[in-house]
Amino acid sequence: MSDRSYPERPECVYFFGTCLIDLFYPGAGMAGIELLQREGLKVIFPQAQSCCGQPAYNSGFREEARAVARNQVRHFSKPYPVIVPSGSCASMLRNRYPDLFKDDPDETAAVDFSKRVYELTEFLVHVLKVDLTDLGAPVKVAWHGSCSMQREMGLREEPKRLLAQLDNVDIRPLERERECCGFGGTFSIKLPEISAAMAADKAGDVERSGAEVLVSGDCGCLMNISGTLEAQGQRVAPRHIAEFLWERTHDKG
Amino acid sequence: MTKADFRTSAARAVGDTQLRKNFRRAMDGLMEKRTAAFPDGDELERLRTLGESIRSRSLAKLPELLVQLEHTCRENGIQVHWAETAEDGNRIVLDILKQRNAKTLVKGKSMVSEEMELNHFLEAHGIEALESDLGEYIIQLAQEMPSHIVMPVIHRNTAQIAELMERKIEGVSYTENPDELCKIARKVLREKFYKADAGISGVNFAVAETGTLCLVENEGNGRMSTTAPRTHIAVMGIEKVVEHLQDVPPLLSLLTRSATGQHITTYFNMISSPRRPGEQDGPEEVHLVLLDNGRSRILADPELRPTLRCIRCGACMNHCPVYTRVGGHAYQAVIPGPIGKILTPQLRGLDERGDMPFGSTLCNACVEVCPVRIPIVDILLRLRAEANGPEQGSSVKGAGAKRDGKEAMAWKGWQAMHASGALYNGLSRLMAKTGNMMPGSVAPLKAWTATRTKPRFAARTLHQMTRKRGVPNE
Repeated sequence: MSDRSYPERPECVYFFGTCLIDLFYPGAGMAGIELLQREGLKVIFPQAQSCCGQPAYNSGFREEARAVARNQVRHFSKPYPVIVPSGSCASMLRNRYPDLFKDDPDETAAVDFSKRVYELTEFLVHVLKVDLTDLGAPVKVAWHGSCSMQREMGLREEPKRLLAQLDNVDIRPLERERECCGFGGTFSIKLPEISAAMAADKAGDVERSGAEVLVSGDCGCLMNISGTLEAQGQRVAPRHIAEFLWERTHDKG
Repeated sequence: MTKADFRTSAARAVGDTQLRKNFRRAMDGLMEKRTAAFPDGDELERLRTLGESIRSRSLAKLPELLVQLEHTCRENGIQVHWAETAEDGNRIVLDILKQRNAKTLVKGKSMVSEEMELNHFLEAHGIEALESDLGEYIIQLAQEMPSHIVMPVIHRNTAQIAELMERKIEGVSYTENPDELCKIARKVLREKFYKADAGISGVNFAVAETGTLCLVENEGNGRMSTTAPRTHIAVMGIEKVVEHLQDVPPLLSLLTRSATGQHITTYFNMISSPRRPGEQDGPEEVHLVLLDNGRSRILADPELRPTLRCIRCGACMNHCPVYTRVGGHAYQAVIPGPIGKILTPQLRGLDERGDMPFGSTLCNACVEVCPVRIPIVDILLRLRAEANGPEQGSSVKGAGAKRDGKEAMAWKGWQAMHASGALYNGLSRLMAKTGNMMPGSVAPLKAWTATRTKPRFAARTLHQMTRKRGVPNE
């Protein structure tokens, strides 16, 4: 479990959608916003937001990353918590921004911003302490916790605790739950052979688990594993955890 | 020689199913053993904190500790030599051997001697250096490099070793019985230990206050190499020094448990002098060669310095999902795996090995197990930036060597799109509309779609959806 100390429930939060969700999984972003709104929070989505800067940062282009990061810091300036539906982007915003802005005129603002960053499931569990009621049909799911979620954010149990609240959801264990899926951002195209081998192993693990749905909190992993499963002709539906939780707990009537 | 490139060699290795099976099985076993050796998570974290602090303190005081070590060693009768480069180190060893007219020598396992390519150098000067660690002996027969820093021959299975020994050692018939194979090697090595003119070893820890050289091993070959021949030469990287004798037990415990899951190795040697008058055995002289070879440069940079905390346990490679799939040889470096990815480019320069820091998914599995908490991912990221960054003012050799005009331009374009809210909104909408028309067969998407379906752009972006649903902008 995360050993961070958490604030009281706020009235208002920012939502940082992430670029992958924006372009490929907007339903997951919308579901995240709805989960927060259902708890009575005002959710702000600054329209000027774009990307956390991680792709360039991890590729060794820090100046470019900083320019993009600055755009986020400036548009999330009020003292509200910033909720991020991705362990990977949340870690970039939270753990890398202070260093990225070291000795920069925006350093104070960046440090302040980074301290307000929470990954979505972390916020739902520790701050909002949500209580979920499952309205869906029985289903078998596999959970994939991203490396950044597990090891950079220290969030191993939080997402699983949320899934465990859903009575009809059968969580199928993976043999190598903690092993990386091989995405690694630009790693997947810079070292495609190793990346593909890792993704194939993870896809095989998911397939053997008997899961019908693959749930993850990170769209990079989701795209990597489900893209591999799909190319192999496997029928496992990929779902971001926000979308999965929202679909099963909101009253459609 | 063509330039080493991790992608090319890793791509080849990943397609070798036997190799992958050998590594997966071996690494699974090692991970299990480590887990079993640290049953108490809190104790492990306390020990890691202690290990980190001992190594950090040693590095913070390194210059004075080295002077102290030189002094205490000399008082003990150990002759100390300083080597700035690998070439210097080789030359020093050769001179010592020549003066004693030594023609044959036995070696205990030493990664520093691999770094110096000492065997090769001595061979070129007519001196036979025989590896006496079983794994090292086997790879020497095969004329290979170690594929793991603790288990150098882990890439081969028993049948492959049996075949090699039958082919390379006279009078040996094929057997897959591990005991028999050990006996064969033992017979050859025994003979050599008796006859060798000199012995060479590495050093796991050197204690500054007492002038003691500590050597961790399991086969007794380290003790034989350092006691049977008349001359013993120990080679070590300058970072291996610790301040006090009491610094050794926690590091030893972390080392053996992290490496092989052993609580203590079969042999632990503490060498503190040559044979003294009246003593029955031991070498007549002991030499210590202290090798820098780029380490001072690493030491000088506070962000990179933790690289030198490494105690060479190999846990990072045992837990690395990349190493597990490609094995050690794919790195084309003396030290493979996560620690190799940060150490090698710093020692050899980013101009030579700037490819290495990019061969990682940054999954942090190594950071999680490192007994001295080296922030490997932070250093990988720093080296990636150095590889692309300006050469001027950089503390890393070969900085800027990986900078590629096309890639740099692509990131500038990416920056332009993402640094402005207005531009991003316009372009992302355009991508949502037209992105799916992009064929999957063009680079860089081609690398993705070789084994995966093409990512599908959603019809509307989250920005558009939130506006439509009236989610406030501020």
